[in-house]
Amino acid sequence: MKLKQLSLFLENRPGQLRAPIAALGNAGIDILTMTLADTAQFGILRFIVADPARAKDVLEAEGMIVSVTEVVPIQVDNRPGGLAAVLAAIESAGLGVEYMYDFAARATPDKAAIIFRFEDADRALEALKAAGVRILTSEELLRK
Amino acid sequence: MEEIVRLHASSGTTGKPIVVAYTQADLDVWSEVMVRSFAACGLHRGDVIQNAYGYGLFTGGLGAHYGAEMLGATVIPISGGNTERQLMVMADFGVTALCCTPSYFLHLLESAKETKTDFSKLRVGVFGAEPWSEAMRDRIQAESGIRAHDIYGLSEIIGPGVGIECAQQHGLHIFEDHFYPEIIDPETGDVLPDGAEGELVLTTLSKQAMPMIRYRTRDITAIMAEPCECGRTLRRIRRIGRRSDDMVIIRGVNVFPSQVETALLRVEGTLPHYQIVLTRDKGLDQIEVKVEVTPEVFSDEIRKLEALQHQLEAAIENLLGLRVTVTLVQPRSLPRSEGKARRVTDLRNL
Repeated sequence: MKLKQLSLFLENRPGQLRAPIAALGNAGIDILTMTLADTAQFGILRFIVADPARAKDVLEAEGMIVSVTEVVPIQVDNRPGGLAAVLAAIESAGLGVEYMYDFAARATPDKAAIIFRFEDADRALEALKAAGVRILTSEELLRK
Repeated sequence: MEEIVRLHASSGTTGKPIVVAYTQADLDVWSEVMVRSFAACGLHRGDVIQNAYGYGLFTGGLGAHYGAEMLGATVIPISGGNTERQLMVMADFGVTALCCTPSYFLHLLESAKETKTDFSKLRVGVFGAEPWSEAMRDRIQAESGIRAHDIYGLSEIIGPGVGIECAQQHGLHIFEDHFYPEIIDPETGDVLPDGAEGELVLTTLSKQAMPMIRYRTRDITAIMAEPCECGRTLRRIRRIGRRSDDMVIIRGVNVFPSQVETALLRVEGTLPHYQIVLTRDKGLDQIEVKVEVTPEVFSDEIRKLEALQHQLEAAIENLLGLRVTVTLVQPRSLPRSEGKARRVTDLRNL
């Protein structure tokens, strides 16, 4: 199933990353996984929490700009060639990957979870299910 | 000097404030032209006018105040600043009209949205003291649902109330029975015919304490002599988009902040919170335009943000004919004005 990811605009200045993270911490919100994309001028922090609506409210109250994007969590075998097999399925379904990152909070010895951002999450979900790729549910991901 | 009942000082557009004086008759004229101005905006007895122009030496505060009182409206003399209190007063008293600078209204609007302040009773804005574009008016009206009127005036002549937009919102009627307008060529001083663009000069016809003959306003406009649909026979001037002195010369090209504003507004979804920073690198002027990111334009994808940046650069370059760098900055990171907006920071040490 699809997962809601939050994205945050950050200027490339010292201290810009700390402010949102501290705001989430003060509100008792746990960041499950995150990734920081940077350009010469600005950065985008992408992250996943259990309650995205509340996290969005907390950050917007601080005057930050947050957008919600649907991403797809995919199970990948934790072995050489595991990711390549999933990427092959993605390629043959004709899907383009915008970006991807590891789901940090879920580490099991034999399975990994990778977050994928496709241009069209719904079409990707359908095509990947048909190709037998295992899509994770939020319950599976959020279980500790 | 004993005939003088009040002193004010200009807001200092060109640097040092200019002190101006009024007799009682001057103040009466001032209130009268302000009453006419408010009436032209559709305001009357029963309206609640929040006057957020600064009270004090600046003419905006007291000028609007006495005019609104003479009109018979309820005046809230809140003066400038303290956004939170402005919004509270607006909601609590069911304010129907607001007087402030257009850039401060945008700031109020932004804060009102954040705090979900109810300003549904507000229907008229009387905005002045700084040039603003037609595109900015469209945005203000679309986002707030109010009618935004441009008011014109300058301390040296009387203060606000020299000219006002009527319901047509097409040029500002000049109260010619008190202030006689002419347009001159700012270079040669020659008087230009109606319709020609040039510098507005004003002659006071009734002022006692400080009469002015052909006072050079440095505001660039044109006289619109054709009759107005509202029925007023007072001639109009075109809205003032620029002054002959808020211009900056960049790499030999004359640039007005209002041009940058127009370009930014052309790119959909960008509210004009921006700052122009000028620097000089190896003898060459560099222009950076800092633009705040809004929720409407923020994208999770870097290439879309970079595309926006390039779109903005192209829009400004098209209008100015100069290469600029656009920097996207975090919301609310640029300084907000509570009076005249400071759009240009010149670090060139000229």
